[in-house]
Amino acid sequence: MSLLIKNGRIIDGSEYKADVFIDNGKIMRVGENLDVTADVVIDATDKLVMPGLVDMHCHLREPGFEHKETIAGGAEAAVAGGYTSVACMPNTNPPLDSAALVRYVSMRGREADLARVYPIGCITKGQKGEELAEMAKMKEAGIVAVSDDGHPVMNSGIMRNALEYAKTFNILVIDHTEDTSVSDGGVVNEGVNATIAGLRGINRAAEEIGIARDIVLAESLDARIHIAHVSTRGSVQLIREAKARDVKITCETCPHYFSATDEEILSYNTNAKINPPLREDADREAIIEGIKDGTIDVIATDHAPHSSGEKNVEFDLAPFGTVGLETALSLAYTYLVDSGEIDMPALVRLMSHTPARLLGLPVVHIKPGIMADIIVFDPDASRTVKASELHGNGKNCLYDGWMLKGGVDYTIVGGEIKYRGA
Amino acid sequence: MLRKKDLLGLKDLTKEELEHILAHAGDMKEALISRETLDNLKGKCVATLFYENSTRTKNSFETAARMLGARTVSISVANSSVKKGESLIDTGKTLDALMTDVIVIRHSMAGAPALLARNVRSSVINAGDGMNEHPTQSLLDLFTMHEKFGTIKGLKVVMVGDIKHSRVARSNLWALGKLGAETVVVAPYTLIPSGIEELGCEVITDMEEAVAGANVVMGLRIQLERQKVGFFPSLSEYGAEFGITKERLLNSCPDALIMHPGPVNRGVEIESEVVDGENSLIYEQVTNGVAVRMAVMDFLAGGDK
Repeated sequence: MSLLIKNGRIIDGSEYKADVFIDNGKIMRVGENLDVTADVVIDATDKLVMPGLVDMHCHLREPGFEHKETIAGGAEAAVAGGYTSVACMPNTNPPLDSAALVRYVSMRGREADLARVYPIGCITKGQKGEELAEMAKMKEAGIVAVSDDGHPVMNSGIMRNALEYAKTFNILVIDHTEDTSVSDGGVVNEGVNATIAGLRGINRAAEEIGIARDIVLAESLDARIHIAHVSTRGSVQLIREAKARDVKITCETCPHYFSATDEEILSYNTNAKINPPLREDADREAIIEGIKDGTIDVIATDHAPHSSGEKNVEFDLAPFGTVGLETALSLAYTYLVDSGEIDMPALVRLMSHTPARLLGLPVVHIKPGIMADIIVFDPDASRTVKASELHGNGKNCLYDGWMLKGGVDYTIVGGEIKYRGA
Repeated sequence: MLRKKDLLGLKDLTKEELEHILAHAGDMKEALISRETLDNLKGKCVATLFYENSTRTKNSFETAARMLGARTVSISVANSSVKKGESLIDTGKTLDALMTDVIVIRHSMAGAPALLARNVRSSVINAGDGMNEHPTQSLLDLFTMHEKFGTIKGLKVVMVGDIKHSRVARSNLWALGKLGAETVVVAPYTLIPSGIEELGCEVITDMEEAVAGANVVMGLRIQLERQKVGFFPSLSEYGAEFGITKERLLNSCPDALIMHPGPVNRGVEIESEVVDGENSLIYEQVTNGVAVRMAVMDFLAGGDK
């Protein structure tokens, strides 16, 4: 199938107007007023044509938690949000700690045939934090990184070995940093809003101690480390200082850390129960500052679907997480681009190019010969998020009822239209 | 006039609503003392749903309900389907189906009464939820203060103890602030929750300084299990530094009211001599508890509402 996207504004390093002709899954020609015939013609006048988004942190729940979400359901939410590739975390049941399980997840992703699905393997067997998982075998089977996300590697000796072993095979280690002796069963950010709601707080130190440790390890071992879901002002500062010393550290944040604060928990809305927790305004501003100055490399979703029964309980009992694949681009557009903090090429770096590069995936540019993972984005669209209308099975959405700007018109994966917006 | 479905916390009430309940509690106390039979809740059913044990609070609510002519149903977690994994919402809907009018809930988790209230037809009264609020305990404290001083406005109220984990302290801070009292909390920093001063109180860690000129000194219960996780080294050291003693009260107002939500650890939070002293209204608080609970239930479910 051939595809011609006409009159769009191309966002890729710079912005310019051009047509894009796609055939055999690849971008064939880019230029003004292309004189070609195509099976399908998309009029992208006043729309943005950009590389498909790459999420380096989502939870697709399969195998083991299919009542929350399936790989097919998650991939459906992904393409609806403009994601053409997603990397899923290994905290499934059983956890993804062997080559066989990794192959299973990849296969389920291919069967769904929507976004490209790349598994992340465990750092330690069973995510128990004790013995290293078979990283090299898993890499052969297709993992793009390792992480014990959700279960921080508390033992610094194990983490040291993990970083050195992963370095041998050039595998990216993604750490969910949290000193659990400090977070100690907390459910929200420690601060005045936790005090008002009477909920147990998680001090920022829990996250920051973990980051400080990882910086020391990465620096002393000359190894790479990627910090997941950075949420505090202190974390941004620690990473900024480490980068200034050329420590091989990268990090991500998530849309909820630049768009929301812990005021959301005052109504005991369990969709605002997220780990790390929503913080305060000063943190939110520091996250935006970190995005602007390059301290924060990536915007990932931490898309965490749960069933409604699991979330409609006492706040303390509800699991952590909000879905995010379908809202991330609109949130980034509304809170970062439309508000003038960053431009669209920067958004493409944060949500497509850099995560792809960190995971060792093809980096999509709108140029001839490149695989056609492309989205058409309408910056003038606006919508009120309705959780019940989201794609996939996870409806636990922090942004239910929020008014967001920008919408995905088309998601094209390998030259095929996988999603068409209303 | 209070026309609310639920009483979840005092942070949600206005000054006028608080004053209204306190005034009505005065009438209820008169009826209670004269053993008058009331029928404000005649034909109605009040259920107590306690996920935490509390004999005194439960008895107080049940006494109040019966004084108003209501039937009472008691569900304690130990011998109910809750133990078999029934969710809070399902338990609430079952109570609705049993034609319950008021559910009094005590729960170890903050926000549980709010979750219940959103999902049931019955009125919900929070009888204590985690570290969030214990509105009727605070109302009885306010009522007791008002009875003694004739006003709340301008009083200096000092709360001493485990402020961090205390729902009583939070409810009192909300209400006392709205009614114009000056509030001070005293504890080691490990027991002061983050940002508490934004609720309008002053944080002081020195007992003598804190109680100077106080009209009310309230001790909060210290639980031994907090020692095990390192909030303080021992009850003995806590008592030595933060115990309410006769000597420490020398600089408070001569008629300062000594209060405690009970049960008291004598010699830890309050010296025995002070507990039994003439300024202590710790037992009067129990009677007042029934009166304010009658007032609250009447407002939510009484009469022709």
